[in-house]
Amino acid sequence: MKVAGLTSVGLALGISGFAKDASVKKIATAVLRLEINPFIIIATDGSITLVNPRPDMGQGSTQAVPSLLAEELGVELEKILIIQSDGQGKYGSQTSGGSSSVRELWMPIRKAGAAAREMLTTTAAKRWEVQASECVAEDGKILHKASGRSLTFGELAEDASKLEIPKEPKLKSPKDFKIIGKFNKRLDVPDRVTGKAVYGIDVDIPGMVYASILHSPGIHGKVLSIDDAETKKVKGVLKVMKTERTMPHRTSDAVAVIATDWWAALKGKKALNVKWDNAQYDQTVNTAKYFEATYEAAKKDGINFEEKGDFSSKYIASKEKIEANYETPFLAHAPIEPENAIVHVKDDGSVEIWAPVQGPDWALRDVCGYLKLKPEQVKINVTLLGGAFGRKAYHDFLLEACHISKELKKPVKVIWTREDDITQGPYRPGMLSHMQGFVENGKITGYHHHAIGESIAGQVFKQLNENEADPWLSGELATENNKYQFSAASKVSWTHVKTDIPVVWWRSVYASNFGWGQECFIDELAHLAKKDPLKARLAILSDDRFKKVLETLAEKANWEEKLPEGTGKGLAVFSSFGSISACCITVSKKDKGIKIDKVVSVLDCGYYVNPDNVKAQTEGNIVMGITAAIKDGITFTNGVCDQTNFHQYNVLRLKETPVMEIYIIDSGSNPGGVGEPGLPPVAPALGNAVFAATGMRIRKLPFDINNIA
Amino acid sequence: MAMYNLSVNGKKVKVDVEPDMPLLWVVRDFVGLKGTKFGCGMALCGACTVHLNGQPARSCQTPVSSIGKNDKITTIEGIGDGKMHIIQKAWIEEQVPQCGYCQSGQIMSAVALLKTTPKPTDADIDSAMSGNLCRCGTYDRIRKAIHKAAEEIQMSESGIGKM
Repeated sequence: MKVAGLTSVGLALGISGFAKDASVKKIATAVLRLEINPFIIIATDGSITLVNPRPDMGQGSTQAVPSLLAEELGVELEKILIIQSDGQGKYGSQTSGGSSSVRELWMPIRKAGAAAREMLTTTAAKRWEVQASECVAEDGKILHKASGRSLTFGELAEDASKLEIPKEPKLKSPKDFKIIGKFNKRLDVPDRVTGKAVYGIDVDIPGMVYASILHSPGIHGKVLSIDDAETKKVKGVLKVMKTERTMPHRTSDAVAVIATDWWAALKGKKALNVKWDNAQYDQTVNTAKYFEATYEAAKKDGINFEEKGDFSSKYIASKEKIEANYETPFLAHAPIEPENAIVHVKDDGSVEIWAPVQGPDWALRDVCGYLKLKPEQVKINVTLLGGAFGRKAYHDFLLEACHISKELKKPVKVIWTREDDITQGPYRPGMLSHMQGFVENGKITGYHHHAIGESIAGQVFKQLNENEADPWLSGELATENNKYQFSAASKVSWTHVKTDIPVVWWRSVYASNFGWGQECFIDELAHLAKKDPLKARLAILSDDRFKKVLETLAEKANWEEKLPEGTGKGLAVFSSFGSISACCITVSKKDKGIKIDKVVSVLDCGYYVNPDNVKAQTEGNIVMGITAAIKDGITFTNGVCDQTNFHQYNVLRLKETPVMEIYIIDSGSNPGGVGEPGLPPVAPALGNAVFAATGMRIRKLPFDINNIA
Repeated sequence: MAMYNLSVNGKKVKVDVEPDMPLLWVVRDFVGLKGTKFGCGMALCGACTVHLNGQPARSCQTPVSSIGKNDKITTIEGIGDGKMHIIQKAWIEEQVPQCGYCQSGQIMSAVALLKTTPKPTDADIDSAMSGNLCRCGTYDRIRKAIHKAAEEIQMSESGIGKM
């Protein structure tokens, strides 16, 4: 990681909050020290520094965020030095999550850049005694073209810093964008192909020791006894200690092996003989029992989240109706870089951390809460993340390192094994969608989605009352989100089925679960209405953006083409994180199963920064979406995870990756998310394609693509 | 502990480690080359791929004691001979990495493939690269980058290379 030493005086701009009306304010003191630096510093040496509040886990935030600044400042992207923010409150929200980087920073960063440009321009104009309107910012300079004069930002920074910050700086018009919306190579790529990129697992701190941690096979079991006789024979093992795994909602026992290197710690862990009391966890950490409970719940009414018209009575009275249950499994995130962290609890009680976390602000909050420290006592160095997908915004592994380092008063590097990652969670919750619907005169007019399962908000944040529907449904299932207009009646309801299996957000959160039920069932209703699935959707959509996305998909995927027997196309559309994505998948019968011939994806994410990165993220969403549909889910039998490593928790491989085509719609709308919205329509498009090709309706994920029966 | 003389990226290094320590941890924590990654510990994901005498090997399952003193170990840091390897350039051209964590292993597998199969077909790429997992889903770009590098190698051999 590059760390800038800021010693020169210059123009420093901070951004208060990230609300849409965020105002840019000047930091009163000239910038002399790193601790008081705000988001953007233009120093007298001409350097431009951006404190990036979105860690990069592969989604491209280290390009997207500085691009917003470079565009307004009129400098090349290469000119901006990036420092990762450290979680302190003055930087506001700093978590890469919810596909938020561009959509939340779009206005604040551009406004700050535009304000700085105006201040530099005003300063130059004053010096030359010309009108500011005659000057332009280009390549880190203010130019007065009429006279051919120019001054660098560095030459102007100190005087500019004495000006009032313009409250409403004039933003560039999108038609003048030179960086935003254009292809630019990601500057971080060379380091990522030469082994130079530094991920959390790559950090070494002088004097550090390594820890490997034995977790309860039943996740929450209590340690009854520890026999470490064999462990202590392993060369390099320094200590065996009882430790704890602190999740947001509860703390579980664990045993740490500390050693001079991680291989020794791992060997020591394998040699441990620990007895656990797994209490009732064989019953409550148990996916079969959990899903049984969800299917039972599907037979009863849930709590209404929203209802338009009297769905239940109209459903009873309707003549053409169907109902079905759609199931999605628990899933591990399985980033290829396993969870890891270095924590140094120092003698004076202060703490320094090096870790791949999605949000240093959340990490700071959790560490301060856990160690009972003030934010200023904790310094967090966020590294690059070797994948995360939601997992690295859950800090159990980080707090383990805190616990051990507090005991040892040494820097401790905790590295989870792949087995820890896959068997311990947290996971995307498995969910059941109980769907009901009816059609009248060839049109889908009644629809009910009953969402059933463990609540992320409920388990992680304890923010769910038993008599209320999960508020997080609003992001996915509410009719104002899917835009379908059911003229007779519609309903979204919820039943909370609890589990002791830890759950958390996973790429696209509930959308990855509930998109499956919604979009496959709409397909079923279309067939019930004897309508083409595309036309049936368009008939109940009036939203122009949704219609454009679907019409573009139909055109690009050649939806109308006649297909040979045994080949079929399926489509799905889903809106999440402020964007609309639709997907069309073509499959054909092969032996007892099917093969995926092609995937076409269309995304309307409003304004975007780099079209190539939007495509890359969508490719990733297609691969992860297919993986979630046809590869392994996570199951627990009698309290123990059945999958341990990639031989039992398979992910899609290169040879299985289908031909993909991705189209971005330039809607000119406010920026939406990019990192997640492409995923939710993938699985239902595949399920609908299987139906089109084979007549088999898949309702439970994952399914075996080689054996459709 | 035992002393091992290794040849890593053309340099002689001496390490004092346990005989069963996998080459992965020797290279990362004792030689100090962090480009080779830990992903699964069971030779299932390919993130730890290095070359042993030019052949791709899963370093997480290669005990240091199995390596002879004449064996040549090459890691991601050593493939370019101080410059960017043609494969690495193709990876940049195609903007392959997202998080990039698996890419050292992907590149090591790709370099080995092109050595034995300078003009790989899609089927060749399928069989050489399907042991390397990428959770970000960069597979399509990996395939394109390998084809691009192969073309580039042929062009440079005929004297019209540009990359």
